[in-house]
Amino acid sequence: MKKRYDVIIIGAGIIGSMVARFLSKYKLDILLIDKEVDVGMGTSSANSAAIHAGYDAIPGSNKALTNVMGVEMWPQVSRELGINYDRCGDYVVAVNDQELLVLEELLARGVENGVPGLQIIDGDEMRRREPKIRPDVVGALWAPTGGIGDPFAATIAAAENAVMNGVDLKLNTAFEEFLIEDNKITGVRTSQGDFESRWVVNAAGLYADEVMHKAGVRPEFNIQPRRGEYLILDKADFQLTSTTILFPSPSTKGKGILVASTLHGNVIVGPNANFVESKQNKDVTKEGIEEIWSGGHKLVPGINHRHIIAEFAGLRATGNAPSPNPAVDYNQDFIIEIPDDVQGLVNLGGIESPGFTAAPAIAVKVIELLEEAGEALEERPDWNPIRVPRPVFRHLDREEQAALIAKDPAYGRIVCRCETVTEGEIRAEIHAPIPADTYDALKRRTWLGTGRCQGGFDMPRVVAILSEELGLPSEAITKKGQGSELLFRRTKDVEQDHLTVEDLL
Amino acid sequence: MKQQYDVIVIGSGPGGLAAAIAAKENGADDVLIIERDIELGGILLQCIHNGFGLELFDEDMPGPAYAQHFIEKAAGLGIETLMDTMVLDITPDRKVYAINKDQGYIDLKARAIVLAMGCRERTRAQILLPGARPAGVYTAGTAQRFVNVEGHMPGENFVILGSGDIGMIMARRLTIEGAKVERVLEIMPYLTGLTRNYVQCLLDYGITLQKQRTVNRIIGRDRVEAIEAVSVDEKWNPIPGSKEIIPCDALLLSVGLIPENELSKKAGVLLDPVTNGPFVDDRFMTSVPGIFAAGNVVHVYDLVDWVTEAGYMAGKGAAQYAQAEKVAAGEHIPFKAGENIRYVVPHKLDKSHLAEDVVRLQMRAINPIEDRVLVTVEDQNGEVIAKKAEPYARPGEILSLTIKPKSYDAVQNATGLTVHVRRR
Repeated sequence: MKKRYDVIIIGAGIIGSMVARFLSKYKLDILLIDKEVDVGMGTSSANSAAIHAGYDAIPGSNKALTNVMGVEMWPQVSRELGINYDRCGDYVVAVNDQELLVLEELLARGVENGVPGLQIIDGDEMRRREPKIRPDVVGALWAPTGGIGDPFAATIAAAENAVMNGVDLKLNTAFEEFLIEDNKITGVRTSQGDFESRWVVNAAGLYADEVMHKAGVRPEFNIQPRRGEYLILDKADFQLTSTTILFPSPSTKGKGILVASTLHGNVIVGPNANFVESKQNKDVTKEGIEEIWSGGHKLVPGINHRHIIAEFAGLRATGNAPSPNPAVDYNQDFIIEIPDDVQGLVNLGGIESPGFTAAPAIAVKVIELLEEAGEALEERPDWNPIRVPRPVFRHLDREEQAALIAKDPAYGRIVCRCETVTEGEIRAEIHAPIPADTYDALKRRTWLGTGRCQGGFDMPRVVAILSEELGLPSEAITKKGQGSELLFRRTKDVEQDHLTVEDLL
Repeated sequence: MKQQYDVIVIGSGPGGLAAAIAAKENGADDVLIIERDIELGGILLQCIHNGFGLELFDEDMPGPAYAQHFIEKAAGLGIETLMDTMVLDITPDRKVYAINKDQGYIDLKARAIVLAMGCRERTRAQILLPGARPAGVYTAGTAQRFVNVEGHMPGENFVILGSGDIGMIMARRLTIEGAKVERVLEIMPYLTGLTRNYVQCLLDYGITLQKQRTVNRIIGRDRVEAIEAVSVDEKWNPIPGSKEIIPCDALLLSVGLIPENELSKKAGVLLDPVTNGPFVDDRFMTSVPGIFAAGNVVHVYDLVDWVTEAGYMAGKGAAQYAQAEKVAAGEHIPFKAGENIRYVVPHKLDKSHLAEDVVRLQMRAINPIEDRVLVTVEDQNGEVIAKKAEPYARPGEILSLTIKPKSYDAVQNATGLTVHVRRR
């Protein structure tokens, strides 16, 4: 008999995964689906990784409310999920009098939003705190609650904690349409069949507009993907003096091109913000690279082209929803609602920046909405909010490393040299509650292949490990799901005459 | 295994093997090679094409055979090896920290170290190649490992960017394996690898090389579906109207090699920003006393024979250092890159070494000169110390020249030596 779920969540990005994790606290049967081969492969896979303090968002908007609430939640959420988070603070930098006025505006807005500790510092103080900043800086807004997260780890850990607490996760499962009876949603049709449910949460990110339209909700709502390109610098070549995020003074296009530390020890430069037609267009462009390089270089003149080791682009799910607060004149707000048009839909849309920051707060808002709608949520006594992280070899001290190798020798073989990732970590992720079964899934979890050689050394070895652990031929191993196979056939001699040692004996 | 060695060599490619052998032959008692792969030989093991050994042995060998020659010699000399072992750290006072599966953490001390980690390939990000990020974009060397060691084809229809040696050799190799190499593109107006590879790997197999043409965009969401090629002018600006979509399922990059010096940096070794390798003296000692460097870790060579030769020099120097032989604290003078010379290795000369030894210089030209040229070493007054005639100078081929002991007196008064290559 087919299982009937209480809640189906469409989309296992940071939003869907956090909603699943927070809802798993209650006595609910929950299904989390995603069309991709892994969680977090859309907007969550390519962004600035910033936990924004909350001085940018328009006061009274959903963005402002969930941003500031999210910042408050991250210390506990990151502790419980066993992921890194550094509340290092961030700066918005001004280089002329006009930009100083912008800082004043941001300060006032931040205070109105309830952002604690904001302070404007002068140019000398900024240069003292970060000597690599451009020398003509005249002032900066200091936001001590700004920080850096790890959107890959956060999405994976949230989804994993949900799975630990009984949530079903189905990947490679694309939403097709709603099952609706008498204007009430009764389930979803997917590429893997029908699933029944009393509630459906739309957390489809870039595709949230298309999903809600299938339920007849907000036909005027439209997501236009806005691409941001990024460059990553070699940690051995360039570091900021402090761990921080440096923003330029914002423009109408967004928060501007930042130069920031990452939790993996690199410096990130980007993003620009350009609308693109396709929700799949994550191309890096020549013009885009020039644009972000020029922006980053203006902020931190010491960066050099020779330091670049990676380039990528992500898409923001930029919507056109007016703020629900009638006093707020703003048309790019988050949608967080249970719409009246149809029963059984929790609708989340237009979740662009600061979506990563806001994710835990949005999850709490979803719970509040369900309760307001009369859902009697009962806590599970056995809910375990703690996800114990698996060992990360490079983060251990030498004694711990030696002990780990003694326990499992696979931790004694380095597979990715640039990032010091061991075979033990790779095998552990392949057998984790959410198995990493592609090259990129392992990359996001262990950080292999992200360094200066970009997988040149590790890739053949990782393919061999995946092949062995999954019991699949190497030709079936993919970069990011079906269609992205890394290897084709065997070479001629091997094909014709492949004898093993056992055959010969 | 011992706690302390006279000489520890990191890496067992041609440079490392030669260094270990020379160290042993020059009096070092305990010599250890640490190798990250499961067998000795380094990248030679995936270089199954021929062309190795012509300069040193007057014999044309494939890479694994060339390596085997040295592996057997090292074994015969009683050189110890640690394989499947990664060095994590080296300190300026020559402690070496490594790990492997069997022994876990390994702490060693060396009287002298030879760095022989070779080089790595430049990737798409380092040339800021635009487009999508699908499967099917490989460096030529990674593709070579897949084909020659793992026995797998990383594609069926290839475009190769860069006319470096590995790229051209892979073009031939993939063709032999039944794949189609649609095109080799080179952004420069000249070949960046050896002419012999162009003839034997591209011309002989009917593979088209297009110069001053590059990849403008990678196309394909999951797997490479095509690339967009474009012609460029001398300043690499795209030429309007020259775009062409070339359908393919793989793009190989042969766009340069970078000496692999992350460990060297940890040991405090100073690097030359031009070569990306350590500053070395004429015995390949780095800026850190007792730490030597040999092969592609110093600068990228064109022929393995020169790497072996450098390994011999470094190994000998390391052995001498290890024996606390008083390396004459003699005055060093710099070698400078002069007319049409990009760089010179070694970077400096210990003048006293010329009393008995020949000193070999190796250089790369900046621009090709397809005419007879003269390579000269001149002192600060323009006096010629050494010279050599060559039929041409090409950036893809290393120029070399030796200074002989007979120049000992002439060099004693020099404050610097500059190398030039000029049309004769």
